Amino acid sequence: MTKTHDNPTQAAGAGIDGARPAVIRVRDLVKRFPGRPTPVLDGVNLDVRSGETMVIMGGSGCGKSTLLRCMIGSHTPEEGCIEMFGHNLAELGEEQLDEVRKRFGILFQSGALFNSMTVGENVALPLVEHTDLDRDTIDIMVKIKLELVSLRAAEHRMPAEISGGMKKRAGLARAIALDPEVLFYDEPSAGLDPVTSAEIDQLIIDLSKKMGVTSVVVTHEMDSAFRIADRMCMLDEGRVLKVGPREEFERMRDGAPTGDKTNDLIRQFLRGDSEGPITQRRIDGEFAEDILSTGQ
Amino acid sequence: MADTLRPNPIRFLGAKLLNGLVYAGGMTLLFLAAARWLLRGLFSRKVKLGREALAIQMVRVGVRSLGVVMLVQAFIGVILALQMTPPLADFGQEPQVARIIGAAGFRMLGPIITAVVLSGFAGASIAAELGTMVVAEEIEAMEAMALNPVRFLVVPRVFASMIMMVMLTVIGDWMIALGGWATARAVLGPATYAGYWDRMQEQLTYGDFATGLIQAAVFGILISLIACYEGLHVRGGAEGVGRATTQTVVYSIVAIVSAAAVFTAIFFVYEI
Repeated sequence: MTKTHDNPTQAAGAGIDGARPAVIRVRDLVKRFPGRPTPVLDGVNLDVRSGETMVIMGGSGCGKSTLLRCMIGSHTPEEGCIEMFGHNLAELGEEQLDEVRKRFGILFQSGALFNSMTVGENVALPLVEHTDLDRDTIDIMVKIKLELVSLRAAEHRMPAEISGGMKKRAGLARAIALDPEVLFYDEPSAGLDPVTSAEIDQLIIDLSKKMGVTSVVVTHEMDSAFRIADRMCMLDEGRVLKVGPREEFERMRDGAPTGDKTNDLIRQFLRGDSEGPITQRRIDGEFAEDILSTGQ
Repeated sequence: MADTLRPNPIRFLGAKLLNGLVYAGGMTLLFLAAARWLLRGLFSRKVKLGREALAIQMVRVGVRSLGVVMLVQAFIGVILALQMTPPLADFGQEPQVARIIGAAGFRMLGPIITAVVLSGFAGASIAAELGTMVVAEEIEAMEAMALNPVRFLVVPRVFASMIMMVMLTVIGDWMIALGGWATARAVLGPATYAGYWDRMQEQLTYGDFATGLIQAAVFGILISLIACYEGLHVRGGAEGVGRATTQTVVYSIVAIVSAAAVFTAIFFVYEI
């Protein structure tokens, strides 16, 4: 396996600001999709430090889910690189990438449970496929993982028989089956009622504390983001506008407009205001495009 | 600028040809990947192919299709008997209907009709299942869990389709023969049914039986590969799943008939 840095501390650039080492390093990442004139991700730089919960947020279509998919190796970027655990993902072969994948877990927006299997079988799958544990031990492990997400009662139920919130918890139990070092969450609270959403957030916090995992959460649910984040990253039109501790974003949200375009744009997003730079840009852009296309 | 947007038959044909090449290339890569995983599964202890998954697919592809295959093949036998007897009767050759049913059924109609039934029954079902998994992010989840979808999903389906297609063809062949015999017995009279099985046995060789089964195995691989390819390449939600299902049936039938034509030509040239 190709290692870009032998020393993880060196890989993380730790020591520069005394911060914990970076588990994931994104450098100058550019991702384009066919038929789209502008890149979905345009020169993204981001470090995710060991043990922290990093929330990546931004409006619909800003590229946050694409960034997550690049991080898990589902999408290949055109330019730039992603290093995870010191390995450049672009330089890894299929089997080497699978070895890296065994070290992280992911909770998809829909839970992505395999519908032909029971909840218990879903959680057992990574253990059956990637370990040499015997069936009895796997059964015990499944019960432990389901207990961690308060879902033991649903072990023998099919995914179609459980609610959206339960599916996400089951997906989370499956994601932690192999005791990953990093957990990715794609819109963990989307489509859930406020109580279930808060329960999922609490689970993310608990798992982060109990297992010491590094978490990367993609969301545009601001209540949820402020509950779980250690640090936050704001994406806009494929670019990183700001990365910083949660407290900094809280101050921006609660403060007054400063006249600085970036600051006010982030503030509008965090507050969910109907007026501000985001709305103005949307109106201006679409109106001009509409007029131009009508005239042709 | 406007000129380039006008319909142009050469551009249209060129685009179709390119699409066809891309499709054929994609299918070839999928076949090679499936073959590689199958070989690794057979010869390496590290790679688990999943006997349980194979058994589930064999039941799904084969056992559930059995009734429909038997019914359709029996009717093929009925149709052959009823269609062929009058022209043969003009020459006083009604007894030869058993030879025609045997040759046509065992060499070609048995595997072809079974494959067509299977493409509508199992092929469409595989494409819909895999397409729904794509839409529900299950395939992406699988890849993120370091589980290769080709090994996990494609190999059991292709292997099961190949085995069950051969087994169903054996049963289908006999159902054609039986359908012809029952029709002769019930409708066509003793001139046709007396010595029916003897004449069929005289006509058929082991080669006839084997060529039919070789074709059946290839048809099984084609149907399942097309279904898996279409299913795994679904785009656009429920509409995409519907499109993949339809295309699977259409492309499978085209592939089956094309392959049958190639096989017939080869058997003709080499007098097999």
